[in-house]
This record gives sequence, C-alpha cells and structure tokens, in this order.
Amino acid sequence: MNEYIVEFNNISKFFGSVIALKDVTMKVKKGEIMCLLGDNGAGKSTLIKTLSGVHSPDEGEIIVEGDKKIFDSPRDALDLGIATVYQDLALVSLMSVTRNFFMGREPTKGFSLFRTFDVDKANQIAAERMGQIGIDVRDPSQAVGTMSGGERQCLAISRAIYFGAKVLILDEPTSALGVHQASVVLKYIVKAASQGLGVILITHNVHHAYPVGNSFTVLNRGKSLGTYAKKDLSRERLLGMMAGGEELDKLEVELKEIDRISSN
Amino acid sequence: MSAKPQSIDEKSEDERLRKVSKLKVILNRPELGALGGSILVFIFFGIIAGDTGMFSAYGTINFLEVSANLGIIAIAAAMLMIGGEFDLSVGSMIGFAGICIAIPAIYWGWPLWTAIIFAFAIAVLVGYANGLLVVRTGLPSFIVTLAMLFILRGATLALTRLITGRTQVPGLRVLIDNDPVAWIFSADAFTGLFAWLGSLGLIALRQDGTPLATGIPASILWWVGLTIIATWILMKTRYGNWIFASGGDKLGARNIGVPVGMVKISLFIGTAMAATLYACVQVLDVGSADTMRGFLKELEAIVAAVVGGCLLTGGYGSAIGAAFGALIFGTVSMGIYYTDVDTDWFKVFLGLMMLIAVIFNNFVRKRVTENK
Repeated sequence: MNEYIVEFNNISKFFGSVIALKDVTMKVKKGEIMCLLGDNGAGKSTLIKTLSGVHSPDEGEIIVEGDKKIFDSPRDALDLGIATVYQDLALVSLMSVTRNFFMGREPTKGFSLFRTFDVDKANQIAAERMGQIGIDVRDPSQAVGTMSGGERQCLAISRAIYFGAKVLILDEPTSALGVHQASVVLKYIVKAASQGLGVILITHNVHHAYPVGNSFTVLNRGKSLGTYAKKDLSRERLLGMMAGGEELDKLEVELKEIDRISSN
Repeated sequence: MSAKPQSIDEKSEDERLRKVSKLKVILNRPELGALGGSILVFIFFGIIAGDTGMFSAYGTINFLEVSANLGIIAIAAAMLMIGGEFDLSVGSMIGFAGICIAIPAIYWGWPLWTAIIFAFAIAVLVGYANGLLVVRTGLPSFIVTLAMLFILRGATLALTRLITGRTQVPGLRVLIDNDPVAWIFSADAFTGLFAWLGSLGLIALRQDGTPLATGIPASILWWVGLTIIATWILMKTRYGNWIFASGGDKLGARNIGVPVGMVKISLFIGTAMAATLYACVQVLDVGSADTMRGFLKELEAIVAAVVGGCLLTGGYGSAIGAAFGALIFGTVSMGIYYTDVDTDWFKVFLGLMMLIAVIFNNFVRKRVTENK
C-alpha cells in the first residue's frame, strides 16, 4: 500500500515553445500539508491547473492512491476526490450561504416533476458545517457578500470537504486576507489535515506557509528546486530559496549604491 | 417579574453579531420596490380616478389584461435577467409567432391547433439559436439578440408579404370558434360568476342584459400561473439555484459544476416561448395577426423586470417583482385615460419609474452584499 494519496511525477507542460513546467515532482500523504511556494511567474498557476485537471500534462504521470490516472477534465479530478479551491472561490456574493454551499449539488426531495431543492435540509447542513469551523451563521439565507474574506475562504474549503475531497488544492487562500483572518483560515487548514486530508497549499507567503506546512516544494521558473521536510529546512533558507534571496541581496546592493550617489 | 429576564444564550453570542429586524429582512427582498410602487399607484388612481369607473369590474379587467399581457413576457425576461442575459428579440418574436400561427392556419389550411404547436416549435428553435450563439461566442446577449430583433422583424414582414401580399392576416375568427384548444389562450373564465353578479346588479350590464365584463380573460390566469410557477422554480428547485448562480458568477458556477450553458440556453427558449404565448393570446383574442405586433415590447418587459427588482448585471431578482412591475405598467397605461392628464405623459412617467427603480435596486444590492 502506497503511503501517498496522490503523486505527481515528473510533470512537464509546454505551451508552444514555452516550457511552463519541467520535471516537477510532488507527493502528498494523508494528513499532510504540502506547501508549494514560488514567486510570481514561477509556474504555480500552470501547475495548479494541471493538478486539477484543467490542463493535461505533456509529460509525467499522476498517481492517485497507487493507481495511475489521467485527468481529462476538472470533473475527473473531482471524482477522484481532488478538489481545488481557486482564488476566486467560486462563490456568488449575491447568493445566500446555503445556496452557495450547495451550488450545483443541491439536495432534493420529492419525485420527478415535483422534485424540489430541499432548502431546510440544506440550511441545516450549511449552518452545522460552518458552526464546526467556528463561524456562527445565524441566518444561512444571508448573502455571502456580507461575510468577511476569511469566512468566505472557510466556506469554500468547508464545501469542498463536505463533498468528499480527499486532497485539497488551495490556491493562495490567504493572499487577500488580513493577519487575523489569515490565521483563522490557516488554523482551519491544519484542522482539515488533522482529520486525514492531504492538503496542497499554494502560496508565495513564506510566513503563512512555514508554520503550517509539513513539507515544502519550491518552484522557480517552471522547475522544482526540490521538496524538503520541515526539519531539514529553516525559515530563512526557505525564504532564500524563493528567488527572494539572491534578488533581495542584489536589491540591497543597488539601494546602497543609490544612497551613496544621493548623499554625494 | 420586575427584573428583566436574562437570556442564557446571550453570553455565547458573538459580540459582532446583532439582531436584524424583520423589517430589514423584508427591505432586502428584491420585489419590495415593485410591491410598494404598485400600492402607491393604486392609492394615486384611487384618489384621482376613484369615481370614474376605472375600478369597476370592466375597468379592472381592462387594466389587468394589459398588465397580464406584459407580465407574461416580463416574467420570462426576469428569469433570463437573473440568469445574467437579456433578450431584445422578444418583441419581434411576438410578431413572428403571430404570423406562424395565422399563415399556416389560413393559407395552408392547417388546423389552428397544429399552427399553434408549430409557432411554439419555432420559438424553441429561435430561443435555442439565441442561447447557443450567446453561450458559444461569448458575445454580449445584448448584441446577439439585437441582431435577432431585426432578423425576426424583417423576416416577419418579408414572409408575410411574400405569402399573403399584405402585412396583416385577418380572418381567424371562424377557426378560433371551432378549434379544440384555442380557448386555452382566449376564453374568459368564470363567465357564470360574472353573469350572476350582473343579474344581481353588482356589476355593469350592457343593454341586452349581459354583463359588460364577461369574465376573467385567460391571459390574466396565465399571468398569475406563470408567476407562481416561475417563483417556485427560482426558489424551490435545483434549476432555480443554477439560474441565480449562472447570473451571479458565470465562471465560478461553471467551476463548481453548474451547467451554465444549458441553463442560459433554456432561459432564452423560455423568453421566446413566452413571446409566443403572448402572440397566441393576442392573435386568438383579436382574430388576426399583424406584422408589427409586439413592437418595443422587449423594452417594456425589461422595464417591468427592472422595476420588479432584477439587477441588470444578473444574479438577483424575482418573478413576483416582475409581475408587479407589469401591474404598475398596465395600471398606469390604462389609468391615465381616466385622468385629465394627457396620455403623452405616459412615457415620461415610464422613464422616471425605471430610473427610480434602478437607483433603488442599486441601493438594495449594496444592502445585501455589503456587511452593513
């Protein structure tokens, strides 16, 4: 039995002459948070789309629970329990919490022509699920637009889990959030992992990734700089690897230069 | 019990939450504006024209019938608008459906009921074409259906003149009287009740002793029925949830598995079918088809939907609101004849009403989506 829920081995993706991804390997265990870090343009978006079935890889293989799989569409990935929560969250702010929670997968009651959307049951489940993560939805028929950014993120994650996700791919879940909200979301992600989900957390924020991650894969210009367990990697080293290190050193030198010139 | 009882729940409540009054919940409903507007309109005409016969049985049926005709297309337009699209071809479709009924029935000798089915089949095709073009090309429905507006109106005129040599097709009366299904669209309901009320002297009579208002026209029953069905679909079915989702956030809805394309195409078929229903009601009531029938009705339907609380950007609105929007429209357009006001002013009123409604809707949307 394979200890990994999902493995992406030597994934490459080309767009014409552009090499968007080259030989990227990533593995996620049950209950593990695997952070995928990379600066803008490192290929994160392409990798997410490949993982979630939007693009099919040109090279490499995807192994889900020991079996080799091919994703032709996001539906295929979803059916295997690989759910992606995109940055836009796929929430409609004018619609209620319940209607968002069950969007596209509404529970029904009754027969054939008179089959109706079971609003009461849906309301109850939505409120219950949101309550479990500490968000008190007094009125599940309130519009999502009234919720804070962190609550929306939690709603989207909670929805993915409710509908049977085994692996969660989270695209920049904390990028638009304040400090407090971000910590609420991160706490929830840890909780989800502790219940046995595999989580791929995509971010460019080392300070959000380091405290919650178990392992870290760093992406730079379409290539993986390797995967490291937390114990083998200090926060500083991780920061350095994220293309930041070299560039920031350079910037510092340049700033000193400017300082020197202007002080003359 | 002198001391104020302390609720046990109070401590566990989030200090950031406050109780929202019932009034506020009602204020957030999309149909509120149209409901309030209808009440104002009735109060206004009650004072100005209360003793003129506007609110007699005959007068009431009159303005309700105008409201009902518009309401039939406004409800379909509202559902489409909630789904995030417009249909500007509704008015032209009314004219086109009219000749699709009249020409086969009179010139080709089809039984009337087959001509009616034929018109509805054409409507499905037109709606499907509109929807498919919008979904496949990603062009704004405004442009696609504007093109369809001209195509259908032009085809109506050209085909009618080609086949009949004129622009009107009269002479359906005999066919209607002998048709097994025409009554569904044109007969009056509750005629017995109206005759009884007339015999009691409660409603006005003609000289021959029959009541002036003979019954409730079928269009009014269609209007009420469609409002109920549309509201049920929107609020109580999965498909209804998909309509809101498709209009609220097309991409998000698609990512989560809502068949957005199918939803939009079906809503376009809905507006074309509603236009055909409108045409049936008119053609079978008057006994003739006219190529210019339905002119500008698409805009009136949009006004009614917007006054009824639909957002132009989609994802929000109600069928009940659109029905009330149509009621305001019908009441004012008929009521103005009972006042001393020159009827030329009706369009001014219409424009102002639409402006006020849009401003009000914008305010409601802010209330709903912002954390206030």
